[in-house]
Order: sequence, then C-alpha cells, then structure tokens
Amino acid sequence: MTEYAKPIPVPQPESERYWEAARREELWLRSCLDCKQAYFYPRDICPNCHSRNTDWIRSSGKGTIYTFAIVHRAPHPGFGPDAPYITAIVELDDGPRIPTNIVGVDPKPENLDIGMPVQVVFEKITDEITLPKFKLA
Amino acid sequence: MPVMSKLKAISGSAEIVGVAESDRLGKLPNRSALQLHAEAADNALADAGIPMSDVDGFLTAGYSTYDVAEYLGIEPRFTDSTIVGGSSFVIHIAHAMAAIQAGYCEVALITHGQSGRSDRARAAMNRGLPAAQYEAPYGILGPPVSYSMAARRYMHEYGEDRTRQALAEIAVSTRKWANMNEMAYMHDETMSFDDYHNSRWISWPFHLFDCCLVTDAGAAIVVTTPERAKNARKGGVKVLGVGEGHDHSMISQMQDLTLPFGRHTGPQALEMAGITHSDLDLTMIYDSFTYTVLVTLESLGFCGPGEGPDFVADQRTAPGGDFPLNTNGGGLSYTHPGMYGIFTVIEAVRQLRGETGERQIKNRNLAMAHGTGGNLSSTGTVILSRD
Repeated sequence: MTEYAKPIPVPQPESERYWEAARREELWLRSCLDCKQAYFYPRDICPNCHSRNTDWIRSSGKGTIYTFAIVHRAPHPGFGPDAPYITAIVELDDGPRIPTNIVGVDPKPENLDIGMPVQVVFEKITDEITLPKFKLA
Repeated sequence: MPVMSKLKAISGSAEIVGVAESDRLGKLPNRSALQLHAEAADNALADAGIPMSDVDGFLTAGYSTYDVAEYLGIEPRFTDSTIVGGSSFVIHIAHAMAAIQAGYCEVALITHGQSGRSDRARAAMNRGLPAAQYEAPYGILGPPVSYSMAARRYMHEYGEDRTRQALAEIAVSTRKWANMNEMAYMHDETMSFDDYHNSRWISWPFHLFDCCLVTDAGAAIVVTTPERAKNARKGGVKVLGVGEGHDHSMISQMQDLTLPFGRHTGPQALEMAGITHSDLDLTMIYDSFTYTVLVTLESLGFCGPGEGPDFVADQRTAPGGDFPLNTNGGGLSYTHPGMYGIFTVIEAVRQLRGETGERQIKNRNLAMAHGTGGNLSSTGTVILSRD
C-alpha cells in the first residue's frame, strides 16, 4: 500500500462536524433557520441572508450533475495515477452545490451529462478523513 | 453601491504615462520574480521620463508592496497590495487614480513580476482555506480544471458544437495577433483550426490550445496627475472609467458559471467614461482560456448571453476583422506568467499611442482593458482615452 499522495483536508473549527459526519459515511450541511436555505460549505454565518441563526441538517446525498470536466493533465503529482479523472459540481436535492469527483464510471464525455442523477458514496483516505464522492444513480 | 456622479467627477483625473515589460519575456530561469519587477519598473519609468525617486505611490500584487518597494529602494506614501488574482493590476489603476485624486500621491508605480515557468520556490496553498478542504482533495486544483467545468456548463446551456467553434475562433485569431508581435512567445508559431482541434486534452472540454501559456514575465505602469502627464516623455493616456469587484473565490461557489463579474464592472466603467461599446476602438480581455474571452464578451455586454459564438465567428477578432481583440497575442499566445491582467493595459496604452508597428489598429481613440482573477472570481475594467 503506497502512501496517500493527494491533498488531505485539514478540518477547521467550523468544519469539524462535517468531516466527523463524513467519517460515519453521512453527508451533513449547514442550514439557515431564518431563510430556511441549506448551504455549502460549512460556516456559522448564512451566506444567503447573513444570519448567524444556523443549524446542521443531514443531506439525502442525492443530486444531479451541475457541471463536470475530465482532467487529463494532473494539476498535482498525487493525481497522476488517476488521470483521466472526473471532477464535478453536484447540485444536491437539498439545494446547495458541492465540488466532488464522479467515480465508478469510465471517464469519457459520452458516459456523462449535465443533469444526470447521482448519489453520494464515501471514500476513506485516512483514519481521520473520509471524502464524500458521487456515483451515477 | 458605487456613486456614479462622484465617479464621473474624477473621470480623466489620472493618466498613464509609462508602460513596459521586463527586458525579456518567456523562459527566464536566470531571473527571479523580484528582478522582473525591478526591470519592468525601471523600463516603465524610463518610458515616462520620470525618475524612480519621484515615485510616491506603490501598488503590486503577489508580493506585499513593502517587499518590492524595499527591493526598489522606494518609500511610498500610498501603498496598496490588493491581490484578487490576475485582475489585480487593472484594479490598481483605479486605486492609483483614487489615491492621486485624494492627494495621497502624485506618481503611482504599479509593478508585476512572476516566474510562472521557472519559479524555484513556489508557495503551497494555505491549508485553512475552504479550497484546500473542499476542492483540492478532489483534484479541483488550478485554473484549467475550474474554468473547464465552467465551459462545460456553457456548452450545456448554449450548444456544444457552436461553443467549440467559438473557442477555436478565439485561439486561432489570438495566435494571428501574436504572429505580429515580436515579444510574443508564439511569434514564430502559426496555428490552424486543425492544430487547435488536434491539440491534446488538458481538462476536457479544454484542449491545450484553449489554455494560456505559462511564462516568466514582468510588467509595470506609471500613473500620474494630468499636470505631470503634460511633461511626460510620451504624454499621457487618460483613465476615463473604472470598475472592480468579485462575487466568489472557488469555482463551486460561482452562482452562474456563464456570467462573471464583468456584468458589473464593464457597464460601470463605460458609464463613468460616458461612452458605449461601439465607441471603443480596441478591446483587451484577459484570456486565461478561450472560454474566459467568450464569456467575458457577453458579461461586458458586447453581446447577449449565449451570443458570443456568433459575435466571434469568421475570425472577426483577428487582424483585419472589424473587432480587434487582444492584439498583443494575449495570455494564449504572447505571455502569461500567472497573473496576466497588467499586460492588457500595456497593450491598450501602446495601441492608443500608435507604437505597435505591424499590428497597429487604425482608429486609436478609446480602448477597454479588462482583467479576470481567480476562478472567474474577480474582474477589473478600465476605459482608456488618447485625448
């Protein structure tokens, strides 16, 4: 087993619960108690209405592909063995958009399209960090 | 909100009197980034006929102003290290004008220097940033990945084939301009449509030729009062309109991937200048990628959403076309050290002065220079006038 060579998230005070949930294979989002909108990424202040009256909600983990790319030239040596790989922005059914990878599909343009339904999957990369990724639903 | 009456009152109250690149551009492993700042500063002040000792306002991005000012041996009384990516140096023009107008300084120097190609000490990403937590772990790292995701969305909304053709038109027309600029990295290399379509994938839907160069380069601009501009070696080019701002940092936080912030800064700069799109003789748009140009033309209001492919069709933006665009050869084919924005202004000033030789445009009264920074995150627009 070779060492994990890609960038590893370092949880920050406002994101510890997000990464803790991911470790349990759950996707949690922040949600505003005033404007009632869920948002990504986790922070204590709502980026939509600027209220600090916010909470956490569990996401269904379902969404659709908002956009994607197929990366051939790895921007970091850690991704060299993966290229070509699929990056995407997924629009969650809960509202917010989340940056991610689409996994479990041959990375060719004809296999993917904007609007395709996707479902969260979890990839454990270290004892502390598990990354939410998505597969075609 | 910006107060248009106040902006209009300072329109034309500062002038660009000096512009220059570093001595050379391209692959310069024996020049540090700070050396490139210094070369360009010296060259731009020589262009203006103003000694370094007269500089009392200093602006740069990438480094703190105190690092570069110390290197140059200057003690500015106005200092601005605003860093919002490649648009920063265009935004610095506006800040220099505001500072001059408010009395902070009389001679503002803006410098740029980056060894994008040869850097020996590249900085790591701040690991506390959201991008380090939520994008980098997925390989959403660096502009080609984020801009290509935006371009894929555009294709979905407005048609893949016509978008592809537009990207090719922009790559090919920009190369033609570079073939007329001796300073351009690609001066000696032509590009056909086949060359474009056959170039390798970097981040689908981007080919290699959708992406800007990676070079070493420095650049500098001198901005001063209309009074001092009268005695400058080549006179002054007036700053008539400005606009700046941003609406996100990470690409995944961009609300509409087909409508960047130029939607605000373009109209503001034009209104402040008291002109419309059709008054412009030259448009310089930061071309980090072919897509950046396409979507920026729309956001600035040269055409409507989704109309960019028709706007750039049939090599309209190439030499001989009726919409001269990026006449230096752009970030795509002239130089792109990382934060290219300052070079849009330099070419605009040279075109307005009539000193661009083979690629000189005929009418040369009004130009727009527009920078984009980050992940389609920030924009800065300036309107420049010969008179």
